[in-house]
Amino acid sequence: MNDNFALRLDHVSRDFGGLPVLDDLSLTITPGEFVVLVGPSGCGKTTLLNVLSGALAPSSGTVTTQGVLRTVYQHDGLFPWLTVRDNIGLGLRGLTDKEAKARELAELLALIRLEEFAGHYPHQLSGGMRQRVELARALAGRSDILLLDEPFSALDYQTRLRLRRELARLLALRPRTVVFVTHDIEEAAQLADRVLVLSERPAQVKTELLLTTPRPRDLTDPSVVEAMGRIIHDLGLAESDFELREKNLGE
Amino acid sequence: MIDEKAPHETLTPEIRTRPFEKKKQGSPKRFDIASLLLPLLVLGLVLAVWAIVPTLKIRGHPLVEDYALPPPLTVLQSIPDEVHTGRLFSDTVASLFRIGAGFSLAVALGVPLGLWLGSRRSVRAALLPGVNFFRNLSPLAWIPFAILWFGIGDPAAIFLIFMASFFPLAMATMAAVATIPVVHFRVAKDYGFQGRELLLHVTLPAILPQVITALRVTAGVAWIVVVAAEMVGCKDGLGYGIYDARSALRLDLVALYMIIIGLLGIGLDRLLSQLTRLPGVRWGYER
Ligand SMILES: Nc1ncnc2c1ncn2[C@@H]1O[C@H](COP(=O)(O)OP(=O)(O)O)[C@@H](O)[C@H]1O
Ligand SMILES: [Mg+2]
Repeated sequence: MNDNFALRLDHVSRDFGGLPVLDDLSLTITPGEFVVLVGPSGCGKTTLLNVLSGALAPSSGTVTTQGVLRTVYQHDGLFPWLTVRDNIGLGLRGLTDKEAKARELAELLALIRLEEFAGHYPHQLSGGMRQRVELARALAGRSDILLLDEPFSALDYQTRLRLRRELARLLALRPRTVVFVTHDIEEAAQLADRVLVLSERPAQVKTELLLTTPRPRDLTDPSVVEAMGRIIHDLGLAESDFELREKNLGE
Repeated sequence: MIDEKAPHETLTPEIRTRPFEKKKQGSPKRFDIASLLLPLLVLGLVLAVWAIVPTLKIRGHPLVEDYALPPPLTVLQSIPDEVHTGRLFSDTVASLFRIGAGFSLAVALGVPLGLWLGSRRSVRAALLPGVNFFRNLSPLAWIPFAILWFGIGDPAAIFLIFMASFFPLAMATMAAVATIPVVHFRVAKDYGFQGRELLLHVTLPAILPQVITALRVTAGVAWIVVVAAEMVGCKDGLGYGIYDARSALRLDLVALYMIIIGLLGIGLDRLLSQLTRLPGVRWGYER
C-alpha cells in the first residue's frame, strides 16, 4: 500500500441513531494537497471533518492521519478570554525556547497584518480579523494538517474574497495539507487542488475535479469559471437540471 | 446588457442635494448631572415623607407614635453617641469580618465543587441531589445546630454565612460549566490541553464571567443572612445591634443600623463589581 498520505479513510461509515450520514467512504489525501469538499447542506461535511479530526469516532472503518492536525472553525474558535497574541501563542505551546517563541509570534502577527491588534481580545475584532487570527494560530509552530469547516461562511462577501486570497498567500509561505469544507462553489474553484463534490446524505464522493492553475486565482480566471461550471453541474444546480426537473414535474 | 456610462443625470435631484445631517447627541455632561441629581432628588423626597409622617395628626391623635417611627432627625442625633462609644465601629468590623470569612470559605470550596460537578457526570449523579436539597433549605434553619455546635460567637455566624453561599455558588458554577461551547474543548484538545491545564486554562476562564455574576448575587444573600445570624448567634455585630436596640425600644438605633447595613451592602456589591473590569472577563459582559 502507498504510504505517502496525510489522511486516509478506509470504508468509513457513521450514523446518528440509525440515520446514516457517512456510508462506506474511502478517501486518501496526499501531503501538501489542498482538498475542498463541497456538498449540499446537511450532507455530512462537518461529520466527515469531525471523523477526520478524531472528534467523532466512525461507526465502522478506519481513519489514519500522519502529522499534527488542527481545525479552524466557522466562528467562536478563538478563546475569548485570551488576547490575539495569547490565542496565537496556543499554537506555539510546544516551543520551550522563549526567544524563538517571541520571534515566531511576531512573525505570525506580521503575516496576518494584525501587529497593532496583538493586545486586543477577540470580541474587539471584526469577523474577518478573527478568522485571520484563527488561521495564524493553526499555522503556528509545528502543524501539518489543517481542517477548515466553512471558515469564511459567517463573513460578508467582500471579506470572504479577501480571506481566500489571504489563505492562499499564507499557505504559499507555510505549506500544509488542507481539507477545506464549504458550500461555496467559488471558494472551491479558487482554492482547491482537488474538489470533491459530495452527494446528498449519506455523503458519497460524486465527482472529483483536479485544478492545476497556481494560486491565488482570480475569481474571473477562465480555469476558475470553468471549474465553477463543472461543480454547479455536478451538484445538479445547472440551469438544464432545473429545466429538466420542471418538465418532469409538469408531466 | 451592461451600460458602461454611469447615468448621473437620471438621479433625482432631491436625493443628490439632501444635506447630510448629523444626529444630535445628548451631551454626556448633562447626562452625568441627571444621573447624579435624580437619585438625590428621590432620596430627598423619601426623607421628607419620613420626616412628615410622624408629625401628622388625625383628630388630635398622632398618626404614628414617636417610638414607632422615629423621625430622621432623631436617628441623626443618635449617631454621635454610637460613634463615641465605639459600638457602631466595632459592630461594623465584626459583621464585615464574619461575611469576609464565611464568604471566602464558600468561594474557596463552592467554585471548585461546581467545577467538579460540571465536568464529571458521575460526580453530578452522586452529589447533585444533595447540593440541590441544601440550596433550597433556608440557611436560617441551621441556626439551632449552629449555636449548639459552635456556641454564641463568630464561628456560628461564619457557619451560617457559609451555608447560605456555598450551595448556590456550587450550583451556579456547575451550570456555567454546562454552557461552555463544545468548540472550546475541541480547540483545547487540538492544542494539547489536558487534565489540570484544561481545567485552569480553559474551563475556569470560560466560566469566570458567569461566576463573577454569581459571586455578586450570592454575596448579597450572605449579607442578608449576616443580620439574621447575628441576631441570635452573636453578642455583637450589626445584626445584634438591631436586636439589642429593639430590646431597649430604641427604634431610632434600629433605623440607624438598617441604613448602615444597606449602605455596606451596596458597597460590597460595588467592590465585587470591580471584578467585572478584569480584562480577561470583559468578553462575558460585552457580547
Ligand atoms: N450529533 C448529531 N446527532 C444527530 N444527528 C446529527 C449530529 N450531527 C449531525 N447530525 C445529522 O447528520 C447530518 C449531517 O450533518 P453535518 O455533517 O453537520 O452536515 P453539513 O456539515 O454537511 O451541513 C444532518 O442531517 C444532521 O442532522
Ligand atoms: Mg457543517
